[in-house]
Amino acid sequence: MRHVVSVLVQDKPGVLQRIAGLIARRGFNIESLAVGRTHQEGLSRISLVVTGDDRVLEQVEKQLNRLIEVIKVTDHSEPHVERELALVKVAVPGMEERLEIKDIAEAFRARIVDVARKSIIFELTGDSVKVHNFIEAMRPYGLMEVMRTGAVALSRGEQVLKVREKKAAV
Amino acid sequence: MNGAAAILKALERQGVTTIFGHPGGTIMPTYDALYDSPIRHILVRHEQGGVHAATAYARASGKVGVVMATSGPGALNLVTGLQDALMDSTAVVAITGNVPQALIGTDAFQEADVCGITQPVTKHNFQIRDVGDIPRVIAEAFYIASTGRPGPVLVDVPKDVQLAPFSGSFDVEINLPGYRPTFRGHPRQIERALEALERAKKPVLMVGGGAQHASAELIAFAEKTGIPVIPTLMGLGAFPGTHRQFLGMPGMHGSVAANWAIHNADTILAIGLRFDDRVTGKVSRFAPNAHTIIHVDIDPAEIGKLVSTAIPVVGDAKWVAAELAKGAKKLSIAEWWQQVDEWRTKHPFSWNPKPYLQSQEVIHAFWEATGGKAVVTSGVGQHQMFTAQFFKFDQPRSWINSGGLGTMGVGLPFAIGAALARPGELVIDFDGDGSFQMTLQELATVKKYNLPVKIVILNNGFLGMVRQWQDLFHARRYSEVYLADSNPDFAKLAEAYGIKGLTLSDRGKLAEAVQEVLEHDGPVLLDCRVHHEEGVFPMIPSGGAAEDMIIENPREAVEAGD
Repeated sequence: MRHVVSVLVQDKPGVLQRIAGLIARRGFNIESLAVGRTHQEGLSRISLVVTGDDRVLEQVEKQLNRLIEVIKVTDHSEPHVERELALVKVAVPGMEERLEIKDIAEAFRARIVDVARKSIIFELTGDSVKVHNFIEAMRPYGLMEVMRTGAVALSRGEQVLKVREKKAAV
Repeated sequence: MNGAAAILKALERQGVTTIFGHPGGTIMPTYDALYDSPIRHILVRHEQGGVHAATAYARASGKVGVVMATSGPGALNLVTGLQDALMDSTAVVAITGNVPQALIGTDAFQEADVCGITQPVTKHNFQIRDVGDIPRVIAEAFYIASTGRPGPVLVDVPKDVQLAPFSGSFDVEINLPGYRPTFRGHPRQIERALEALERAKKPVLMVGGGAQHASAELIAFAEKTGIPVIPTLMGLGAFPGTHRQFLGMPGMHGSVAANWAIHNADTILAIGLRFDDRVTGKVSRFAPNAHTIIHVDIDPAEIGKLVSTAIPVVGDAKWVAAELAKGAKKLSIAEWWQQVDEWRTKHPFSWNPKPYLQSQEVIHAFWEATGGKAVVTSGVGQHQMFTAQFFKFDQPRSWINSGGLGTMGVGLPFAIGAALARPGELVIDFDGDGSFQMTLQELATVKKYNLPVKIVILNNGFLGMVRQWQDLFHARRYSEVYLADSNPDFAKLAEAYGIKGLTLSDRGKLAEAVQEVLEHDGPVLLDCRVHHEEGVFPMIPSGGAAEDMIIENPREAVEAGD
């Protein structure tokens, strides 16, 4: 079972290493991990895709919660938006293939971001399945390079990950 | 004031009076500041000794243990002790020096990525990069180490930060938005737990190391309900070993009564324990008749990690036990007690007297002579299990050993830490000849501070526990476990350090030796030459279940012609 997990963390040195290390040490299978800043200073957000049964997911969440810099963890079992960005460099053997490739790209709404004599770079966003399917569609022409960001996710509606305000007294 | 003085001031503000440690290049500014500080520093001979001593100090006192080390090799020598403290949930703060920030990442002399290396072995770690952060980081380190599920926290301080001028305030606010341990268990869950217990026909209460501070509440609850009580190796002392409801510890070398009670129980209330595989054996065969397992733990990640839990209660053991005691009723379990008592009477921990000296009788003799009034430490091995079986711990924080990590060599440094935490009390280290030799240089620490610890070596000339496994599971192929041909004369070794040394090999002189050890005013080492082929029984083989329990030494049965 594939699960998308969002983690709100304090943006401190070594946080990503802690999270990656914890996951590796505990033997959980990670499909992708994407990280970036949020609109709030000092906070970063991680989208994590793990595969495993409910027990595995529960442990991933609980173990992540044990990290001091982890503020909130949520599993996107509810309706959510999920996107991935991919840059795909495809070989273009000849004029005929160039047209075919462009047609396929259009069907996937992939944008051309670089054109050379024997290659094209496409930019594509979508869920992981769409990205996968696009890559597979391009494979026969010759994939030269593929770079995927891994999935990022937000819950639909008003639900958000946030920090509880309240400081502990010394 | 510089950063180094600020570190010590911040430690003082946390109530620290004793630090264990060893100086070196990058921590020298802090050692310099120590010269003018009221904090007492205990100079150990190896950083591992320091972190173990700090661990025992924390466990024996309930306070935070502090250890200090230099960068690189010094800090790396803490790794084993940090993991030991992590596994046994002990509040330890380690302060390490590091190379100046300008040199970090250059493979400078005595540089190591201490924060990276200690991440998996600490609850949390910090590197202070701005001198102004010292008071806040130290406060946060103590807060994290001592609250929730206690654990070790490392604070790494580059040398230039120690030397930088400091003029900030020590009144700091802790701001850890991601760290809020749940102290109070959910009232509805506690209610459900009480309801389940009332319905139970065969209940047991299991108590772990996380309940060492909840002794009074546990006794109140147990006495009100009349439930049989099974403390784990780490929980011994949290519930009195001489109490009529005490069944002994469970698990690999646990009592028959405890293991059969768990195997047959319909309801298990587990407080402050983590279902270690040495307790459960094969998890799928653990407590097969228990339809209800109630698990109380302050760390939510422990609940349901290994054993499925019907009623989870996240909260502090002391608080939850008090609530349980409030709502508890007398349970109607007379029939269950009849059964449990039968197991207990038929299979107590015992040994067959032999013409030669045995570990069990040495430990028993010390228990009798002291009336159990001692803080006891041990190394790791057969002697540790014998101590857990034959010394009856009636007081919490009186049994300090390495449960989770099984760290050989902890006995002597644990005794040092305990002696400093509990001055005026009797401290006994039951050690093995193998275990003791892993940290014996700390005899120098014992000597330096004249710590009146009693070191009792149960010397069988072997790595006894490994030999026992080889005996039972490797066709008696005793690969690399023989020590007797090269063991030192331990009494003479003690004398070389200026510590009284005694040797005992005649079991007729046991009582006399025990008296001599206890009456000696100061440290003393007693080398007990016990028989080399003793085994620890009962035993559930690794990965087995209660049904696989070997109750008596099979070799003895053969030799006796059974």
